[in-house]
Amino acid sequence: MHAIKLENLTRIYQKYSAQHRFKTFKSALLKGDLFRSLRPDELVHALDDISFDVETGTTFGVIGENGSGKSTLLKVVAGIAKPTSGRVEVRGKVSALIELGAGFHPEITGRENIFINGIMLGLTKKQIHERYDDIVRFAELEEFIDAPVKTYSSGMYMRLGFSIAINVNPDVLLVDEVLAVGDASFVPKCLDRIDDFRRRKKTILFVSHDLSTVEKICDHVAWLKHGRVQTIGEPRRVIDAYLQDVTEKAEDDFEQRQQEIEQEEHFEETEERRENRWGKREFEIKKVRLKGLEGKEKQVFSPDEGMIIEMDVEAYSRIQDFVFGIGIFNSQGILVYGTNTLLEKYAAVEVHGQGMVVCRMERLNLVNGTYYLDVATHKRDGYPYDYHRSLYSFLVSSRLTDDGIFRPDHTWEFSEKIRMKSYVRHDT
Amino acid sequence: MLRLLNRSKELYKYRVLIQTLVSRELKARYRGTILGFLWSFLNPLLLLLVYTVVFGFILGARLPEFNESPKLYALFLFCGLLPWQVWFAAAVLESSNVLLIQGNLIKKMLVPTEILPIVVVISNFIHFLFGLPILLIFVPILGKAYTPYLLFLPVVILVQFVFTLGISFLVSALTVHFRDIKDILVNLITLWFFSTPIIYPLTLPVIQNNKIVHTLVQLNPMTHIMWGYQNCIFYGELIRWKRLGVTFLVGLVLLIFGYYIFDKLRDSFPEEV
Repeated sequence: MHAIKLENLTRIYQKYSAQHRFKTFKSALLKGDLFRSLRPDELVHALDDISFDVETGTTFGVIGENGSGKSTLLKVVAGIAKPTSGRVEVRGKVSALIELGAGFHPEITGRENIFINGIMLGLTKKQIHERYDDIVRFAELEEFIDAPVKTYSSGMYMRLGFSIAINVNPDVLLVDEVLAVGDASFVPKCLDRIDDFRRRKKTILFVSHDLSTVEKICDHVAWLKHGRVQTIGEPRRVIDAYLQDVTEKAEDDFEQRQQEIEQEEHFEETEERRENRWGKREFEIKKVRLKGLEGKEKQVFSPDEGMIIEMDVEAYSRIQDFVFGIGIFNSQGILVYGTNTLLEKYAAVEVHGQGMVVCRMERLNLVNGTYYLDVATHKRDGYPYDYHRSLYSFLVSSRLTDDGIFRPDHTWEFSEKIRMKSYVRHDT
Repeated sequence: MLRLLNRSKELYKYRVLIQTLVSRELKARYRGTILGFLWSFLNPLLLLLVYTVVFGFILGARLPEFNESPKLYALFLFCGLLPWQVWFAAAVLESSNVLLIQGNLIKKMLVPTEILPIVVVISNFIHFLFGLPILLIFVPILGKAYTPYLLFLPVVILVQFVFTLGISFLVSALTVHFRDIKDILVNLITLWFFSTPIIYPLTLPVIQNNKIVHTLVQLNPMTHIMWGYQNCIFYGELIRWKRLGVTFLVGLVLLIFGYYIFDKLRDSFPEEV
């Protein structure tokens, strides 16, 4: 049995050009194109031929980037937006947590708003009377319930909205990212309520950017991209595929930015570049390449990947006193790691002509973020031949959102009495 | 047509919501004021006072119709002012804004959009109803007697209701796409007010003697509605059934047309407000 059934659902938004906005009724009348100006200039496919079923009693997650059509999908299921073509079938009473407190009137009290909002959500007055105490208690607003809603903080506002919507006690609950604004103590309470829903075998359609919550509570997940279903199925698989895509996109963006910077420098031989490079270049670093351990040049790394820094160097005379150094800085300019051949007990003998220096790091062990690289050739006393300050950068990206500047290799272990369930694959 | 009929049937299911929203409007309007609900009575009274002082005393518009008496003139004024200013003009102007102001409801909640102009018309109608006893109290005070024709008031009110609702639908839907309707409307309503026999009687020689003016005034549906009020309360005469009937039909056609346009545009509201 399915609670929600979508068949070839398409929703086209009519987009009016910016020029249209300023078109006035007067000018429409004068030009005699009143009806023409009511016609849209462009059509946007917010949802494109979407079909899937949600079984009764399951929790179904929808993920995707901003603008991929998640919210539109929810609105169509809720009946707020109409599908342009295709069919939506929903069994049972629907309650939508799309925006909490959307129907509140600021001038009247919380108590009165509970009744109005409840009726808008499809409750009868009697039902609201019965649930009134629960609603107020859950929202923790006993003291403020007779104050006008305009005096509420945004947290109180949200709590009241959530409390009403959840107490509608629907068969199908639609949740759209509403938990993003709650405070630390209220969000778990809301998640508890949603859990409770699942236990009572109600159907939930859950839209969120919080992938760990999605993975935790959903039985099935659909990934929307540009209004189409990209993948659908078991949460872990879909989320991994989605993250893969996001990472690739981040890499593309990063590389594009990198290219743009290079191009700019190419044209202008920028001041900044000269400022960030110093030394007389008796021993020059001509080119720096970042590679993965497999030898492919890249700029985006995962924390458990290794990195190879290759430097093409050339000494224009015989030099006996030289040191190679590198430094990795994070985006706040903090030195994450710095070393050189002198510190690591290499004694320079002699160099002349071209050569290549390779620094191989087996594992980066860094947290997510952009990092900048310093490379240098200098004398033992610090006199620089060629110093490149933050001229190279790379991105570390992973699905874990751990914090800090360094990630030591680690594992967790729990004794028997402590029961834990991992909902993320720990392959690092 | 059938679609519209089904829609209006569905609307019936939302009567509790309409009722709640109307009471919300009424409650919210005078929140934070000291006199609170008294304003519903005070507003029409002050309105009457201003118009009586300006037209009755300062401009000295003492028409033979009212035996040159400012008191009778004031009563005559009140008959038209109350339904026009407190109900009709207020509802139409408010409708032009209502979808934009309540955009949140349209975008985020499952509420049939047509409820919003309906709530506007009803809540202003209720303000008018609050003012009606004041008007009736002043009938003997200002020198007229009650007549049985007062019983026809509900008929006139019904005609005005249908007419006002039709305009409200039209205005609220179109303003979403043409924001300047709001500003045009303010002036248009004022013009309409002065071209309707409210501060002057229909029997004014200028109207009666000039054929074109006479026809224009007769073509104005609000003329007949206002005349209806004046007949029931001031003149104590039978309302003109034929004319009011035609006005009712015009109102009905306008209502269907307005609802039709509203329905056509409804899907564009969530994106545009």
